[in-house]
Amino acid sequence: MDFQNNAGPETASEEALFMPSDDVREHMVVVGNGMAGCRAVEELLARDRDRYRVTIFGAEPHVNYNRIMLSPVLAGEKSFDDIIINSRDWYSDNNIELIAGDPVTAIDRAGKTVTSQSGRTVGYDKLLIATGSDPFIIPVPGKDLPGVISFRDMKDVDAMLEAAGKGGDAVVIGGGLLGLEAAHGLTLRGMKVTVIHLMDTLMERQLDEAAGWLLKSALEGRGQTILTGANTESIYGDGKVEGVRLKDGREIPASLVVMAVGIRPSTALAREAGLEVDRGIRVDDHMVTSDPDILAVGECVEHDGNVYGLVAPLWEMCRSLADGLTDRHSGYKGSVTSTKLKVAGLDVFSAGDFSGGEGCEDIVLRDASRGIYKRVVVRNDRIVGAVLYGDTVDGGWYFDLLKREEDVSGIRDLLIFGQAYAALGASGGGALDPKAAVAALSDDAEICGCNGVAKGQVVACIEKGACSLDAVRATCKASASCGSCTGLVENLLSVVLGDEVQSGPKTLCKCTSFTHDDVRREIVAQNMRSIPEVMQLLHWSTPDGCSSCRPALNYYLLCALPGEYRDDQQSRFVNERMHANIQKDGTYSVVPRMWGGLTSPRELRAIADVVEKYNAPMVKVTGGQRLDIFGIRKEDLPAVWADLNAAGMVSGHAYGKSLRTVKTCVGSEWCRFGTQDSTGLGVRIERMTWGSWMPHKFKIAASGCPRNCAEATIKDFGVVCVDSGYELHVGGNGGIHVRATDLLCKVATEQEALDHCAAFIQLYREEARYLERTAPWIERVGVDYVKSRIVEDEAGREALRSRFLYSQSFSQDDPWAQRAAGADSELHQPLEPPMPFGAIAAE
Amino acid sequence: MTDWIDIGTLADIPQRGARTLQIAGEKEIAVFRTGDDHVFALVNECPHKKGPLSQGIVHGHSVACPLHNWTIALRTGEAQGGDKGCTPTIAVRMEGDRILIAPPEQARAAA
Repeated sequence: MDFQNNAGPETASEEALFMPSDDVREHMVVVGNGMAGCRAVEELLARDRDRYRVTIFGAEPHVNYNRIMLSPVLAGEKSFDDIIINSRDWYSDNNIELIAGDPVTAIDRAGKTVTSQSGRTVGYDKLLIATGSDPFIIPVPGKDLPGVISFRDMKDVDAMLEAAGKGGDAVVIGGGLLGLEAAHGLTLRGMKVTVIHLMDTLMERQLDEAAGWLLKSALEGRGQTILTGANTESIYGDGKVEGVRLKDGREIPASLVVMAVGIRPSTALAREAGLEVDRGIRVDDHMVTSDPDILAVGECVEHDGNVYGLVAPLWEMCRSLADGLTDRHSGYKGSVTSTKLKVAGLDVFSAGDFSGGEGCEDIVLRDASRGIYKRVVVRNDRIVGAVLYGDTVDGGWYFDLLKREEDVSGIRDLLIFGQAYAALGASGGGALDPKAAVAALSDDAEICGCNGVAKGQVVACIEKGACSLDAVRATCKASASCGSCTGLVENLLSVVLGDEVQSGPKTLCKCTSFTHDDVRREIVAQNMRSIPEVMQLLHWSTPDGCSSCRPALNYYLLCALPGEYRDDQQSRFVNERMHANIQKDGTYSVVPRMWGGLTSPRELRAIADVVEKYNAPMVKVTGGQRLDIFGIRKEDLPAVWADLNAAGMVSGHAYGKSLRTVKTCVGSEWCRFGTQDSTGLGVRIERMTWGSWMPHKFKIAASGCPRNCAEATIKDFGVVCVDSGYELHVGGNGGIHVRATDLLCKVATEQEALDHCAAFIQLYREEARYLERTAPWIERVGVDYVKSRIVEDEAGREALRSRFLYSQSFSQDDPWAQRAAGADSELHQPLEPPMPFGAIAAE
Repeated sequence: MTDWIDIGTLADIPQRGARTLQIAGEKEIAVFRTGDDHVFALVNECPHKKGPLSQGIVHGHSVACPLHNWTIALRTGEAQGGDKGCTPTIAVRMEGDRILIAPPEQARAAA
């Protein structure tokens, strides 16, 4: 074991109780090393770090991982390491003893001990049961044949992957959430999959008939066979599974059968210990069982008659549990749940009660060509249920209205169109037509700031025959550089040409008919590993792409395969290839990193020396609180970097689609208004985030009070410190189009601010299109979506954060140091001048 | 006949990349190697605002200027798409792995 007790000498009797002699704190033993058990411990530590000594028993030989992410592992989109929630460091940092791979088999309530499978007996003061649930195995003949497995843990995934490696046919019994995810993963792994579902509607607990039918059609379109209303009679095979026989006599051959018909609270241990158990282990509002020293949490419990199989209630339970254990009294009041599922790009959402019935009214929207179905169920002017298929952007909003029991009579007419429309209607402003706004601009209004193109020029070039975005870009250069005016140009095209605009879904570039999102999805789904492979598999129309798609593909691969993908320097824009900013005369500017805007005499001296030594004609203070040295020749860059490295400075990435700066104000250390240590926080954020490659440049700021001297509300991620904590803002931009941030949430601790920052960056890295800043990205997906991923979904946030930190473990190598040491020297040195010209040149 | 000048080997230039070459008294030359191992030499200046073409992204038999993303055909030096302009080219010949270019006077005469 990695986590043996490291206490000093122990007496024999103490050893039997596994208690170190020098720790007299109450001993909390947790049975279950899964999402509920570990979260409960985290919540407890957050409230009172020192109160309990903690020992965790786990049945599986792993640290705590995110069970909901097993589907992406099966589908090949994630590895096991990607879905770890609590790394080994977490256990050791918090002095938690982990006993993994050794399940507890008995509880002695009188003696207050538990005994594990290996015979280890441990005493407890408080016992927490978090055994989760067991897959339900339908009692049909053949259920024990080799090749019949459930879908619950990493072991099952490994078994499925092994079976999939041999190809052939698979049957998934159960068309619920879990079964469909298993079927999707196995399909991607190359198996021919049949789903057998007892009911007539897939996911009937979450979806109504219409949405279930849409889902079924879409899955069939992806090559799965879906049999609804199909009753399994037996599983047959000689020594191993060979197929499934239905009650109606049909036989479906299969070398693998996945049983995913449901889960049951795992209560055997509690029941044998004599605790009150009904459907689950009965608990009160602080998760205490019928024995006051034994608590239970998660899928194994029954609270107020309800058993939960989703993750959100679990978090709420853990909070109430930790409150109870630390003498706070909040009390769990039960959970209203929603389901958001994504199978192969199909979005499905449901919440509340959509069975209809007396007094219920349905508001329904169907858009057949886009494959969208939305149904909101209203009773007494309150939303009581919602089912969304195809477009789930507003799921979080409906769910919020439902939970708050908001009166929706005022926005009822617009409710089904989603939050954006409802908000416009409520404000009385009416929908803004962006085309009308563009049409109203004067002819000399500037459209493209990069290339200085006015509206009149764009209109003239459209009228002369440029009837597509590309044609406009090629003729008058509008939107051909940074692309931020693309929307304006497109609107101008449709104002001038009406329906004659040549469009379609916007493709990544002219080399492909796929969009950014298509390409990205396929890279992950097909596990593509290099730019040539992407171009081959997605039928690129050019031999090696163009200057638009190559940097995008390089980034998408880098993001998808941290630590594995080999960066293609020739697919980088010049600044990222040279690690400096090219200027109009072909020289470069160099910006060393100054953590949080702090510097020192040593750094300033080194910069001054470089300026003199290389005759840099200008030094300028940048907007991001650092110094920019101008006029360095590409041949001199490695030597400049070596000098700056020697003073401890690293690349500031002022040239990259990456983290640029973390701007700070002085905060509580000096400022009489400061509420928190904004400077220190800024430095810590920068230490965590520097070096990461992103879809576009990314700026952060931390202000020490709401006076906001660091201008955090026009940054991609901004922190505004207040007395009670940290306001986190996202999606700001001080560039061409000034955009103030949206408030993401408020958190109480610096660590939470850091965690949210990491998770937000990773979401942006994984989902924004290349060269899309956070501002347009958030305008596109909606801040509610971002909140649903970062604020509302704690497990998801944690997973994002750990993926970011994992990726960072490969990217925080100073590129300057590598170049100064001689890497890629051909990028800096010209060819040797040929004789005799060389001799002349040397004189 | 031209006296071709040996400037190095194919391996000296990164694939889909370029190296520069300074010959005394002449404008800097950019020597490109494409994905299919063709070699081209041009004056290292974009016809638009004199951006260093050697630092651009090489795709197919073209290079995108690093300053404003004009695309220049490597064989002719002509700007592509709706842009107008031309960068002088220098004749290149391969002899095995060795890269030979025409001497500067020839290049000037051709330009």
